[in-house]
Amino acid sequence: MSEQVRIRPDMPPGHIRTPAYLRGKVGVIERTLGPFANPEQLAYRRNGEPLPLHRVRFTMAEVWGAHAETPTDTIEAEIYAHWLEPV
Amino acid sequence: MPHDHHEHLSPSGHPFRADNDVPLTYWQAMEIAVRELLIEKGVTTAAEIAAQIDTMDARTPSNGAAVVARFWTDPAFRDAMRADASVATRAMGYDIGPMKLIAVESTADLHNIVVCTLCSCYPRNLLGLPPDWYKSRAYRARTVREPRSVLAEFGVVLPASTQVRVHDSTADMRYIVIPARPAGTQDWTQDALAALVTRDSMIGTGLAKSPEALA
Repeated sequence: MSEQVRIRPDMPPGHIRTPAYLRGKVGVIERTLGPFANPEQLAYRRNGEPLPLHRVRFTMAEVWGAHAETPTDTIEAEIYAHWLEPV
Repeated sequence: MPHDHHEHLSPSGHPFRADNDVPLTYWQAMEIAVRELLIEKGVTTAAEIAAQIDTMDARTPSNGAAVVARFWTDPAFRDAMRADASVATRAMGYDIGPMKLIAVESTADLHNIVVCTLCSCYPRNLLGLPPDWYKSRAYRARTVREPRSVLAEFGVVLPASTQVRVHDSTADMRYIVIPARPAGTQDWTQDALAALVTRDSMIGTGLAKSPEALA
């Protein structure tokens, strides 16, 4: 599986489990898990909408640009489906 | 002059450490208040809370070491771990509660390391409580930015031909690293192999010990 996705570049307030350093970055879906309840709603005692959770793989070059320690090293994080947009 | 006799020094020659006679923080007081209310209202009991603490304290990295050793030696278990590490570790007899676990395999070509940049997510239902440094801002911030420098400070220097893969444990899953099996252990039993598996090797800040290191 190598579907390319971009993490939404938004910076909303609240309990967000999408790391800020990955927002706006492009990666590929490594695997899809879930569905799991949306923690952004659970944190405020609402029912969490069940969402797919994607493990997205990024290169260090994509995340840190010219400051990357080793550009071809990789980083993976779990991102809820509503944070992804097609590239 | 650490061993001079002096009223501020203990008999061992070191300074006395100040007592921690400080007030509770807001959240410490809140925790005690909520716990006492839950007991008072019969929602839980002091014995249940103590039992839960005992259960967590009984979980140690030796659980993970046994899982890793079996992964190295038992092909059917390896397949089960790849399919669903939570199911496989429960079937092995570990009470990991509702934890959702993924095993990531390190090789000569790929080195995995786990961090939680947002808080301190850790597979504690298998390995017990995380080391203090795992929750430090320095480890969390630096591991995603300069993992090779962090690894070097742990004594792990990897060749350029080995890709480093950082796993930021951001949501529902927890991660255990299956370190590469050390060379020269072909005929070893699972128990003997487990002695090579350190806590840090399952976080990815270390490697499994070599047979020479054990001797």
